[in-house]
Amino acid sequence: MAVLAMRDALNQALREEMKRDQAVFLLGEDIGLYDGSFKVTRGLMKEFGEKRVLDTPIAEEIIIGTAIGAAMSGLRPVAEMMTVNFIMVAMDQVVNAAAHIRYMFGGGTKVPLVIRTPGGGGHQLGAQHSHSHENWFAHVPGLKVVAPGTPADAKGMLKSAIRDDNPVMFIENEGTYAVKGEVPDGEHLVPLDKNEVKRPGEHITICAHSRMLIVAMDAAAELEKEGISAEVVDMRALRPLDMAPVIASVKKTSRLITVEEGWRSYGVGSEIASRVYEEAFDYLDAPVARIGAAEVPAPYNKRLEKIAFPGKADVIITAKALLGKN
Amino acid sequence: MKVEQRPAASPSKDALTDKATLLKLYREMLLVRRFEEKTAEMYQAAKIGGFCHLNIGEEATIVGTISALRPKDYVYSTYREHGHALAKGVEPNAVMAELFGKETGTSHGRGGSMHLFSQEHRFYGGYAIVGQALPIACGSAYAINYEEKDEVVMSIFGDGATNIGAFHESLNAAKLWHLPIVFVCVNNLYGMGTAVNRASAVTEIWKKACAYDMTGERVDGMDVLAVRRITDQLVAQAREKHEPSLLECVTYRYRGHSMSDPDTYRGKDEIKEWQTRDAILSLSDQMKKQKMLDDQEIQKIDEEVTAQVEAAVKFAEESPDPDPKDLYRDVYADQVAS
Repeated sequence: MAVLAMRDALNQALREEMKRDQAVFLLGEDIGLYDGSFKVTRGLMKEFGEKRVLDTPIAEEIIIGTAIGAAMSGLRPVAEMMTVNFIMVAMDQVVNAAAHIRYMFGGGTKVPLVIRTPGGGGHQLGAQHSHSHENWFAHVPGLKVVAPGTPADAKGMLKSAIRDDNPVMFIENEGTYAVKGEVPDGEHLVPLDKNEVKRPGEHITICAHSRMLIVAMDAAAELEKEGISAEVVDMRALRPLDMAPVIASVKKTSRLITVEEGWRSYGVGSEIASRVYEEAFDYLDAPVARIGAAEVPAPYNKRLEKIAFPGKADVIITAKALLGKN
Repeated sequence: MKVEQRPAASPSKDALTDKATLLKLYREMLLVRRFEEKTAEMYQAAKIGGFCHLNIGEEATIVGTISALRPKDYVYSTYREHGHALAKGVEPNAVMAELFGKETGTSHGRGGSMHLFSQEHRFYGGYAIVGQALPIACGSAYAINYEEKDEVVMSIFGDGATNIGAFHESLNAAKLWHLPIVFVCVNNLYGMGTAVNRASAVTEIWKKACAYDMTGERVDGMDVLAVRRITDQLVAQAREKHEPSLLECVTYRYRGHSMSDPDTYRGKDEIKEWQTRDAILSLSDQMKKQKMLDDQEIQKIDEEVTAQVEAAVKFAEESPDPDPKDLYRDVYADQVAS
């Protein structure tokens, strides 16, 4: 077991899968010669050549479209979108095509495709480079959507995504690429449809995914010092959404906070709250609290940006309020 | 609108003269015509739902291009694709059953008129978003190069698609990556109700290939032999040299954009004028002059094709609807909880 940064854990997953299966190839903007905008694909063109690590024009529709057609013709493409904001340019390919092709053609083909893309803010990149849109994709039948928050899960879920026969949206976060953690060597597979408790607790449940998992874990550590035992559930599997660990946790704690980096409206927390109301309403002692980004386009100014995105303090304040300990 | 034809470059003189080949082209065009006439009838009888776009008038373009392909070559098409599927060898029964929404259809009743598909025939689908399938077709062509196969992709679309970004992204990528692909623009002069000269700054679509240093050709899309000859060349160029191309076939749809189009944006005279150049009649006239075909034979072929279409309707009528318990089948390739 080695300690790796998230970007290196992802790189390891790509390298191992490309060695294992000749059908796996990568395509995207500046992923080859440039080594990737966030260095996730570092060294791979040198190792596997230009055919298997394809530098594309800045043309998002051809990137996703090429990946879809190649997937329907027997390959296993992994497309990189430099940021999730750029994928808007190719939403037709993702939603109308990738997600729907299998069903609208009566199961006559499959689309084993991975689209890796980072979301997330906090780097003063303004309104067109900072948002999180995993809920858009998680809305669509036909797509699988995952958003790991640890290097080990990042490696294990990317390997599983590449081996999956469906289009998988693999959501990364610009703020986590340098985060380090222990990563199992070699064959390490994490299922795409299993959420899990990352920190056990008794008094309150906190659901979070991607970078917000780290925020939730930090908040739980602080709360512990004040005698509040928070259980943190990692919502890395967003579609299909594995609710079992959340329902089990709420039955124990009776209180739930959801944390996401995107806007709350029509968001991940809204979906989780609805399902908890449907499945465990009688166990709740308080309404579900949703934490998310301020409902504004991400501002550039550092102070404004800091208050626009959720942080540890928001989680701590909300937890105390739900427990009546303000 | 008026169009100028442009003769295709150096058609080979010796090809496409034997009776068997000409008869095959004739029969395939007639199948598309009779199938689509029956489709219109079935739509009016409410046996077919949704939108329904007919190929009537475009038979020479359809058969002239697709007949140049081998069974393992790919065809990507649009929502006006019944004829393309038939020309690629998909059984009329399965096509008609899909129009009827039946379980025995090409897409098991999940797709309908606009989403025919057959992996077995390498008919890689009807797509209902204009221009969407061009990048996807490039993906199949990339896979061919990746696996070093000698197959070819034909990507078919309308004149309207050539104004959309995906068209330009695809031509650029195809040339850049040396993809074995032939882009076929079915220029039927109207994108829905908007004439080409009201939608495209360049009305000779083939010229758009020049921007990508790609072979561009324009051919009379009402002349099946001319279409076939130029397609043979472009397919060979794709297969042997991995050089993509853009072929513009100038043709005409006799019916409206879809079955629900009142067709008020073009004159009746214009439609009649194009019908005087009907591809099916032209080929039979030519074959009669060359003593390859007589009226008796023409009638016999028509009866056989008509019987084939009638059998397809009977098959579709008698086929079962999809089972409601299968509503969720094939959303994913594996079992996934919602």
